[in-house]
Amino acid sequence: MFDDDTSAARRDFLRKSLTLIPVVTLASAGFPSGAFAQTPASDVQQSLPAGPGAAAAAGDYTPTFFTPQEWAFLIAACDRLIPSDHVGPGAVELGVPEFLDRHMQTPYANGGIWYMQGPFLEAAPEFGYQGRLNLRETLRVGIKAMDAHCKKTYDGKVFAELSSAQQEDLLKAAESGKLALEDIASKLFFSNLLNEVRNGYFADPSHGGNKNMGAWKMIGYPGMRADYTDWITVRDKPYPLAPVDLSGRRG
Amino acid sequence: MANVKPKVDAVIVGMGWTGAIMAKELTDAGLNVVVLERGADRDTQPDFAYPKVVDELEGSVHRRYLQSLAQETVTVRHNLTSTAVPYRQMGSFKPGTGVGGAGSHWSGCHFRALPEDFKLRTNVEQRYGASFIPSDMSIQDFPVSYEDLEPHFDHFEYVCGTSGKAGIISGVKQPGGNPFEGSRSREFPLGPNPNYLGAEMFYGAAREMGWDPYPIPASNASAPYVNPYGCQMGPCNACGFCSDYGCLNYSKASPNISILPVLRQRKNFELRTHAQVLKVNLDSDGKKATGVTYLDAQGREVEQQADLVLLCAFSLYNVHLMLLSGIGKPYDPQTGEGTVGRNYSYQNLNRVVLFFNKEVQANQFIGIGGAGTTMDNLNGNQLDNAKAGFVGGGIIWARQPGGGPVRGINVPPGTPNWGTAWKQAASDAFRHSFYFEVQGACMSYKQHYLSLDPTYKDGFGRPLLRINFDWHDNEIKASQFLVGKALEMSKILNPVALAGDAKKPGEHYNITKYQSTHTCGGAIMGSDPKTSALNRYLQSWDVHNVFAIGANAFPQNNGYNPTGMVGALAYWSAKAIREQYLKNPGPLVQA
Ligand SMILES: Cc1cc2nc3c(=O)[nH]c(=O)nc-3n(C[C@H](O)[C@H](O)[C@H](O)COP(=O)(O)OP(=O)(O)OC[C@H]3O[C@@H](n4cnc5c(N)ncnc54)[C@H](O)[C@@H]3O)c2cc1C
Ligand code: SF4
Repeated sequence: MFDDDTSAARRDFLRKSLTLIPVVTLASAGFPSGAFAQTPASDVQQSLPAGPGAAAAAGDYTPTFFTPQEWAFLIAACDRLIPSDHVGPGAVELGVPEFLDRHMQTPYANGGIWYMQGPFLEAAPEFGYQGRLNLRETLRVGIKAMDAHCKKTYDGKVFAELSSAQQEDLLKAAESGKLALEDIASKLFFSNLLNEVRNGYFADPSHGGNKNMGAWKMIGYPGMRADYTDWITVRDKPYPLAPVDLSGRRG
Repeated sequence: MANVKPKVDAVIVGMGWTGAIMAKELTDAGLNVVVLERGADRDTQPDFAYPKVVDELEGSVHRRYLQSLAQETVTVRHNLTSTAVPYRQMGSFKPGTGVGGAGSHWSGCHFRALPEDFKLRTNVEQRYGASFIPSDMSIQDFPVSYEDLEPHFDHFEYVCGTSGKAGIISGVKQPGGNPFEGSRSREFPLGPNPNYLGAEMFYGAAREMGWDPYPIPASNASAPYVNPYGCQMGPCNACGFCSDYGCLNYSKASPNISILPVLRQRKNFELRTHAQVLKVNLDSDGKKATGVTYLDAQGREVEQQADLVLLCAFSLYNVHLMLLSGIGKPYDPQTGEGTVGRNYSYQNLNRVVLFFNKEVQANQFIGIGGAGTTMDNLNGNQLDNAKAGFVGGGIIWARQPGGGPVRGINVPPGTPNWGTAWKQAASDAFRHSFYFEVQGACMSYKQHYLSLDPTYKDGFGRPLLRINFDWHDNEIKASQFLVGKALEMSKILNPVALAGDAKKPGEHYNITKYQSTHTCGGAIMGSDPKTSALNRYLQSWDVHNVFAIGANAFPQNNGYNPTGMVGALAYWSAKAIREQYLKNPGPLVQA
């Protein structure tokens, strides 16, 4: 099924899709999943079944918006866009797919703060997005179109089943708009996807990604401290404190 | 049939900066005032309370403190022949909603216009001859002078606890301030805020360029303060969530903390929130307003009758309401006739990003909304426009309102947008880069105006406001010149990488990129009713009991942020209403 260059995240996904344990999904249980996001995935395997808290650990989240096919796409795409590497943690291990699934269920992703009335006219890029799809539809239609394109081009394989190099090439082609997709401009899909992946990677852990403030630690962001009175004029040493998140935990 | 509310002395549309000022001044004068605000009530507690307020996803992606565009937005087109399309997602400018308006999530840069900015056309003609002004450029003098407004600039700064350093007091130069500013009657209420690295480095580089750097006047309190209304402010803690966010700390001046604490206690003041004003009602001959019609929280149409109608709904929406209500004649760019919508202008904002190595602790997560360093050597009369080749000047500044990774991390040019290389660049740059901005003036032109859109409607069935605007050669030249200077200055600081975004010839206005909420003009003040919608007191020439307070009154925009001027104009207008209009309601200036 997968070729042999599987990254850690992909292996993780594979493991999970084989052993999918139907724990209580957080959205339906109403838990703020970020509050439980402390345990690394490997520990969770050992401590299962551990009730709803454990389900929030990176990778063990059960999507309630995305379908299994879409979920597989997202995990693969997250892993390409922000891979786990020597610089820092990757999007998958920080729970960005979980962020995406939860974020799609907010009014924002439903076009709640966008003007969505027609007519929908074509306009130069300076006028921004002029389409009729809201964010969640853009991702959904885009994933479907990408997978359809992959199946046609790669012998029935979907995006998640391709090699990292193939996935990267496809994402690059989408980024530049050179990839022709049915139903959606590849560039539009890509830019929304990348935006959302970055949002999930960097937003407060309570939103589902950035587990243990991993992305903040990587860039040296103190998070939600929001008080730098003593440090405005300090020049000779790096800011010394690790981040805190919205729930007050220290990273 | 609309539910009709008993007549009040004055109804104010909008509870942002101008609404709060007018409500304060008119209740001081003993009037019964009703303010109608389309958004929710908001205050430091609970709306801007820590930690909820510093959630970047909520503040900068969901844009919790800004106006939603779902119901109301504008359309935009670049020229007179194309079809405008809606501003569907927040980008170029970010109007506010709710009590405080954009005044609750502004940054706090608090400038006064230069004396020469008030008589721009005359000044340019005197210096370079009338032919230096392009034929389609419709700039005009303000019908007031710097001296007229000085007491009001001063008062508004004292209301806001503005932190800065005077450059000239009673004609005497003061070390450390802006040597080119108009003379002030006294020092700022508070001293400048401390300098973060970028602001400090700006001093060195600017001096090397031969310029005169000074602290940006900022309404972010540098020390504890009590304003003339008895409202308290605490010192800013550089929280880094200023622009787009309400202040968690009673440090950023806002209608909410600087004026409303007094208003809320007054018996002759009533604030109705979730009250969406649809139009101003006029009497049968259209010469006098009888009040306004609004939708209340339950969606019912209500008519509020009033002797005086003050439009304080933000520049764009003031013009929208005038056009919808038939106050004054809509501007026609073909004939040049009509005044409402005329002379729309904006701000020519550009950015230069400096990247350093890891020894340089720029810490851009630290931020004080309005504070930083700037200089006026390329602004006003300091700039030789004939040599520079354009009308209008601008300022360069180091300003750090606070950055976080959801708001975006600048990476050096050529960096990929994703993958390991991007991660590396973002990690390297986040704590070791800062930016300078170039804030240029923006002239007005015959073809840049506001009108009602023929196609798109808002959630209440009204035509949207249409912005007809694009970058003119003059502003593109200004952008290139000013960004060039900013780059020259930046090189002195030896960054490892440098990026600048000067506008290119032929470049069009891009509504997806934030470039300031300094939308100006459209219902401008002037001395001739043929070329202005408002007289020098911001009173409609056509309907004498309607005043439109806001940056809509600017005949063109200068190189500064508008609110210092907007606040001063509001106090100026209020004074005229109190001292002249109430005694003898009617036109304050004979046409
Ligand atoms: C992110 C940001 C940063 C800024 N930074 C600066 C800065 O540093 N310096 C500076 O000088 N300026 C800055 N500004 C601009 C500044 O906020 C505005 O100039 C100022 O708030 C204008 O005051 P106003 O009273 O005209 O409008 P607002 O303060 O926006 O108030 C208008 C009010 O009217 C209400 N309203 C509108 N239409 C209706 C209707 N039909 N019925 C009822 N109510 C209505 C709105 O909801 C709003 O509350 C910034 C703006 C933004 C968004
Ligand atoms: S930077 Fe200062 S003024 Fe701005 S929101 Fe934070 S504490 Fe308030």
